[in-house]
Amino acid sequence: MNYQLSHLKELEAESIFILREVAAQFENPVLLFSGGKDSILVSYLAKKAFYPARIPFPLLHIDTGHNFAETIEYRDNWVADLNAKLLVGSVQDAIDKGKVTEEKGYNASRNFLQTAVLLEELENGKFDAAIGGARRDEEKARAKERFFSHRDEFGQWDPKNQRPELWNLFNGRKQFGEHFRIFPISNWTELDVWQYLAEENVPLPSLYFAHQRKVFHRDGILLADSEFIPKRPEEKVVEMTVRCRTIGDVTCTGVWESSASSIEEIIEEVAASRKTERGGRTDDKRSETAMEDRKKDGYF
Amino acid sequence: MTSELLRFSTAGSVDDGKSTLIGRLLYDSKSIFEDQYEAVKTASERRGEEGVNLALLTDGLKAEREQGITIDVAYRYFATPRRKFIIADTPGHIQYTRNMVTGASTANVALILVDARNGVIEQTRRHSIISSLLQIPHLVICINKMDLVDYKQEVYETIKEDFERFASKLDVHDISFIPISALKGDNVVERSANMPWYEGSTLLYYLENVHIGSDHNFIDTRFPVQYVVRPYNDDYHDYRGYAGRVAGGVMKKGDRVMLLPSGFTSTIAKIDTADGEIEEAFPPMSVTLLLNDDLDLSRGDMIVRENNHPEVTQDLDLMVCWFNDKPLQQRGKYAIQHTTQNVRCLVKDIQYKMDVNTLHRNLEDKSVGMNDIARITIRTTKPLFVDAYRKNRITGSVILIDEGTNETVGAGMVIG
Repeated sequence: MNYQLSHLKELEAESIFILREVAAQFENPVLLFSGGKDSILVSYLAKKAFYPARIPFPLLHIDTGHNFAETIEYRDNWVADLNAKLLVGSVQDAIDKGKVTEEKGYNASRNFLQTAVLLEELENGKFDAAIGGARRDEEKARAKERFFSHRDEFGQWDPKNQRPELWNLFNGRKQFGEHFRIFPISNWTELDVWQYLAEENVPLPSLYFAHQRKVFHRDGILLADSEFIPKRPEEKVVEMTVRCRTIGDVTCTGVWESSASSIEEIIEEVAASRKTERGGRTDDKRSETAMEDRKKDGYF
Repeated sequence: MTSELLRFSTAGSVDDGKSTLIGRLLYDSKSIFEDQYEAVKTASERRGEEGVNLALLTDGLKAEREQGITIDVAYRYFATPRRKFIIADTPGHIQYTRNMVTGASTANVALILVDARNGVIEQTRRHSIISSLLQIPHLVICINKMDLVDYKQEVYETIKEDFERFASKLDVHDISFIPISALKGDNVVERSANMPWYEGSTLLYYLENVHIGSDHNFIDTRFPVQYVVRPYNDDYHDYRGYAGRVAGGVMKKGDRVMLLPSGFTSTIAKIDTADGEIEEAFPPMSVTLLLNDDLDLSRGDMIVRENNHPEVTQDLDLMVCWFNDKPLQQRGKYAIQHTTQNVRCLVKDIQYKMDVNTLHRNLEDKSVGMNDIARITIRTTKPLFVDAYRKNRITGSVILIDEGTNETVGAGMVIG
């Protein structure tokens, strides 16, 4: 008898262990749900972890109001499938109430406003653990992120003062007012995520598959034509066959020219790809340490 | 496509070419993306360096890039059709012993770099001792920079003999040696034409084929209860499942089991997962167990076999690595985490401090500060269910937590 798990089954077992540890160690966890494949995976694993009981914490979507329409439709169906509870934090509300100020100009994005709304939602809901779908292979600052990542009372991350994590012992102790960010799929790569979702037949948002869309070029990235993105005079809209490799706010999520219309074709494309998925994220390109700086402030 | 997962740790400083080696593995196995490569190329040019500095691929945080050192543990990923690899990349300086210990705690393989020009030096010994202490099952010694010693076989043989002499004092069972040049790529992914005298495998071939099927303990059944699943709905009215990750042994439906600490016995009624019932469970699976008797069992308890149980004790003999600026306090009280149990403990005695460069036991100086390794005895407020770390890395390990700051201040391995 060979007692060896496949790498996907081993990753699944690790993530389920982390999710159960969160439910056991924290009083009031919440799962951050963006509608992208990573948070779909985390919520799917959460369903497995507590089966046959319901997921013992709600999902929280920080809604910038600048979504692809497909994202919201998918979200509502998926949450119903999971039989989970959904909370929505609205960036539009925060703008209307004057809590945050909208950026101006061609590259204006509400992506950065999400941080303030997220922190407020966590505080209002008295959540002590926010579970996210970040992976260490995504970006260099994330390569050193812990599974249990401690945040101070301002929601900030201190990369120089992280708790060591050894074996499978996770220290979730904290002072009053502090919280943790938890990353159960830290060890998965983009390819692992796709292979697993394919193996498990998980339904996915249509945005991930090739479709016709009006797009335009900006700084080497293809962006979807949308009422939320003001175009420069020289930027011309063309119709192309594209798909999303990540799904976020429409203003900062690049699309890719692709004809991959099934998950198997996506896997082939990802395996052969020579660009990282975040290569299409304009939010990461602001500086060499853009992600590290945002994470310190409390970004996802 | 099914493949296995292999975790390996590396330790080293900038000079011994560790980052270059990792960069080489990622680059030659095509795990580096164009935009990452372009970013590194731009950064190399900006720093006025010649060529593309592959080391920049692995130096993540701002401070590290500024100082040119890897401070923390960074995790890297690459895959070949056979296996997926997780690299725990750690700094090699003595002041980062704690990071090396962290990276080593989950590794199947320790990759130790030796500069062919310098041979076995203090840092080599330190990495090896830590790997042995943390019971990494396989050690691979990469004798690097062979290009700088004209690819001479004598250099390789001398270093190999030196290391074997030193390693006889260590508790390691599987050591391999590979002569490489990370910079030129010899024997990393491709076989080297410069060293026809070397008949062993390349580093990547070794990593793809080293036998890891026996790295877990499949003999001694250990199941720490992590979480109790109670659906509270009509379909699963009386469902009471004990969720957890198998820490040792192979559990089968119908097995007679004993519960700790109560000592009650029962049988396994069902091994449940979201994908349906399964016949047997083994490490490192996450499953939910149902028992045939209605017994009181909660997080922190352990399910074991009737005739094979861990030691139930409040007195532990530990080898600890200290992680904090504030030294270990003789008679100090700490919170302690072991499997899924949380208790408190008192440090009764500091027996000796160990020199991680020589294995020398220092019985005089017992001040245990950051990065020190020491043998101590503690007493816990409640009994723990422990095995010797040598027998099981999960049931044989603990972390110590400062109750004032909540920081993880020490990592301990049970001696027995």
